[in-house]
Amino acid sequence: MVKDLASTTVGVFRVEGKLYAYENTCPHQGGPVCQGLLIPRVEEKLNASQGAEGFRFDESDPRLVCPWHGFEFSVKTGCHPGKAEIRLTQFEVEEEGELVYVRV
Amino acid sequence: MSEFEYREPQITIHSDTREILANARRDIDRYNLRDYFIVDVDSHHVELDSWAEILEYVQDPVVRQVGKAMAANWPNARNLALSNHPPGLTMQDVGGRIPHQAQLAERVDAVDGEHPGSEHRDLTLVRRAMDSMGIAMQIVFPQPMLEVGLHPNPDIENQLIWAYNRWFTERILAQEPRVKSMLALPFNSPEGCLKTIREFGEKPGVVGFLITSQRQAPLFKNEYMPVYRELEERGLPFGFHAGPDYSVGKQMNRFISVHAMSFVTCNMVHLTNWIINGLPERFPKLKTVWIESGLAWLPFMMQRLDHEYLMRQSEAPLLKRLPSEYMQEMFYTSQPMEATNLKLLEATMDAIHAETQLMYASDWPHWDFDVPGRIAGLPFLSETAKRNILGETARKVFRL
Ligand code: FES
Repeated sequence: MVKDLASTTVGVFRVEGKLYAYENTCPHQGGPVCQGLLIPRVEEKLNASQGAEGFRFDESDPRLVCPWHGFEFSVKTGCHPGKAEIRLTQFEVEEEGELVYVRV
Repeated sequence: MSEFEYREPQITIHSDTREILANARRDIDRYNLRDYFIVDVDSHHVELDSWAEILEYVQDPVVRQVGKAMAANWPNARNLALSNHPPGLTMQDVGGRIPHQAQLAERVDAVDGEHPGSEHRDLTLVRRAMDSMGIAMQIVFPQPMLEVGLHPNPDIENQLIWAYNRWFTERILAQEPRVKSMLALPFNSPEGCLKTIREFGEKPGVVGFLITSQRQAPLFKNEYMPVYRELEERGLPFGFHAGPDYSVGKQMNRFISVHAMSFVTCNMVHLTNWIINGLPERFPKLKTVWIESGLAWLPFMMQRLDHEYLMRQSEAPLLKRLPSEYMQEMFYTSQPMEATNLKLLEATMDAIHAETQLMYASDWPHWDFDVPGRIAGLPFLSETAKRNILGETARKVFRL
């Protein structure tokens, strides 16, 4: 889910029961990253002789894809998979009953 | 800790342009963009959405009949009849990850336009994008039509270019002074090029002409000299708009590879031919604009051509200076601006004399578009350079 808060917008995502909150501003050009597609990581499978055997989804690593230009961020870390320094601004998030609290 | 309200779902092909670009609006305040005259020298609308209208503009009655029959009878040809739309183009949105590349299927009500009920939908979409990014004027191009130079039938190619140019000048350009275009020339026919320049050169919103760079075009042939002369005399810039080509892809298995290379190699070929054949010496007042190949190729070309020219001067006898010096007098659009290494980008801008030769381009709504904040936020540019790149150079080049 994505919500307005004061002067910013925050996206909150639940992965394997845990909540993650990120600012809805992409480190690339400022796009609405939290309004992007959530999709598992794509990995390339290699065989024993290093030959490529095609792509497959890795469901354990969901990615948030910025809809402006496609930068992908691992939801669990907030980092771009190819360059960890490119990362989302993360907020603390807590859950109390049915309420979710985010510290910005 | 604060509680807050539910806001927005995911951005999809149905999202409103103003919603997709909501974050670009923040740059307007952040960089004080209202204080700049911003011209976007390369953006796109989707002509295939209006294909039935465009087919009506095909001049040749036989070709028009074939096109309309194709559109009416073939299940998938309604928006494609006669065109050579390359299937690989549908790879561009990275499997749905970048929805605005696939289509802008948003709702447009007649009341959204300034002329309720009569405004073309594409004009409303263009205006939404311009206003969201703080852009004063936008030079708009089609999309798959930029591949028309690869059409197997040159007669159909010429008919489609003429039809599109007529439709676009009447239905879009004549309706909105903020929208401009450089129209494509039917480059397989030098006479057709001249006819196109004479017919459309003074239509409202036409600020130049271009060739779609994906084509086998021996642009050094003598038959083209009257075309260049005509453009030069009229003071109209001559553009080279890059595009992808899957024939490169026969050696490449992924769209990322095809896109990374073919958008640049097509313009590398034309720029090399243009300089080595001495065309800048033959038409010194003709301004060339190199569109959508990014910037990183330019220092490569400068070094490569200078290096070889110094050893093989007799093969380029018309040149009086180094190839790179001619390149410093050409014009370039900024997108897609490779900015992963700011030192290299700064050196590139320095090499091409960006302060006077570079013009901002968004390429909206394509997947690798650049917002104006991209230029405004560069730490090494002077205030004058920013103003020039964002719009003042375009104002001069296109006499806006
Ligand atoms: S702004 Fe997010 S990928 Fe470019």
